[in-house]
Amino acid sequence: MNTNSSITTPDFMPQTPNPQPLTLYLLHLADSTLILSHRNSEWCGHAPILEQDIALTNIALDLLGQARNFYQYAAELINQNSNNERSKVPPLEGFREATEDSLAYLRIENEYKNLLLTELPNEDWAHTILRQFYFSTFQFYLFQQLQQNNDEHIVAIAAKAIKEISYHVRWSGEWVVRLGDGTTESHNKMLKAIDTLKNYTGEMFIAADYETAMNIDIDLLKNQWNKKVKQVFEEATLPYSLEDETTFHQTGGKIGTHTEYLGYILTEMQYLQRTYPNSIW
Amino acid sequence: MQNEYQHTTSFKVSPLEEFKEAIWKVIETVPDPEIPVITLKDLGVIRDIKVSDDNAIEVIITPTYIGCPAMDVMSMSIEQALTEQGYKNVKITKVLSPAWTTDWMSEEGKKKLKEYGIAPPNQKQIVCTPDLFQQEEVVQCPRCDSYHTKMISRFGSTPCKALYQCNTCHEPFEYFKCH
Ligand SMILES: [Zn+2]
Repeated sequence: MNTNSSITTPDFMPQTPNPQPLTLYLLHLADSTLILSHRNSEWCGHAPILEQDIALTNIALDLLGQARNFYQYAAELINQNSNNERSKVPPLEGFREATEDSLAYLRIENEYKNLLLTELPNEDWAHTILRQFYFSTFQFYLFQQLQQNNDEHIVAIAAKAIKEISYHVRWSGEWVVRLGDGTTESHNKMLKAIDTLKNYTGEMFIAADYETAMNIDIDLLKNQWNKKVKQVFEEATLPYSLEDETTFHQTGGKIGTHTEYLGYILTEMQYLQRTYPNSIW
Repeated sequence: MQNEYQHTTSFKVSPLEEFKEAIWKVIETVPDPEIPVITLKDLGVIRDIKVSDDNAIEVIITPTYIGCPAMDVMSMSIEQALTEQGYKNVKITKVLSPAWTTDWMSEEGKKKLKEYGIAPPNQKQIVCTPDLFQQEEVVQCPRCDSYHTKMISRFGSTPCKALYQCNTCHEPFEYFKCH
């Protein structure tokens, strides 16, 4: 049970002996958006109707855009910084420096810092919608905070992305209501999704060391997130029990301890670059 | 080659502003890769042109949406247009801040969108709220000018558009979202 304690980065963290919290934090933001983008893109050609297929792939594209910006900035910092740090984040063969591509394609599972929530399988439409709603709502309040950050680069990315995130919250929230307050079948599917995901929301609000160092007000985030989810659940006639103190929270994603699912995602995502090094688009 | 020669000559005698003006003229003609009836200038994504002491040209552009896949094509098109006119040492820089808004789209651009069948963005409203089922602004049908329209989907064929339908003429159309 690890419900309230903060996560400490263990000494065996393989890739970054003396990393800056900012670099780690950027990788965390980039990894979460990249992995969820990948999950959403798996729906391409499979969503219930064409318009929603397009909606989900549009969201995937927005998330990928965020990931690219965070990776680019992280690569810049890694290249500027200590040689230790550089040597541990492999550039693509033949490239002298870390790049957005080397960070996405050449890091292994335990170097990824994404939230576990983002790597879970899509399951059904209800599950996909609920996960998106949880994540987008979290991002919305987080990016409000990041717009006030001291780092102007982060502020620029946050200010750009939040306009799109507010769209994602609206779209996914409307679907939560549509399914929850829809037919008996859609309602039951939402109940099942709530149950499947209930152990994976807590991780968002247990700060990793690098989040604390970045002065993220995680308690504020938690309150705002809970309030919003509760409000939408009420409208959707769904039971709300996410603040239950006895709930067990799965953690570890933020420091590289993942579910079995991430490996399969990376296998597919990194296959081409690892099999044919230096391939470019 | 002829162009290059002309350009080099004219630069030697022209002041910096005139040189920049000439670059703007070239870039103005570059169409948007996804909605080719409008130019990148109409779209408002070209933010600035800088010329250094050694005549290196830097064109500053900003994405409409953060993951807009057309950005790379835009960069290439600008570079190509300038190279074809004999300009050398061209660099395209992407900036995020200040974030692009549909208010930067030119009136000319909005007119061209409408003629093409895409409803142009309304004046900027408050878009950064996550409120559900929020009343959308009234969108005018680009075909029959009716305001009696309804939204079909928040997302369209590109990140910048939503799907609408006209209740008067019944035609579906795309709306360039206010952003
Ligand atoms: Zn009409």
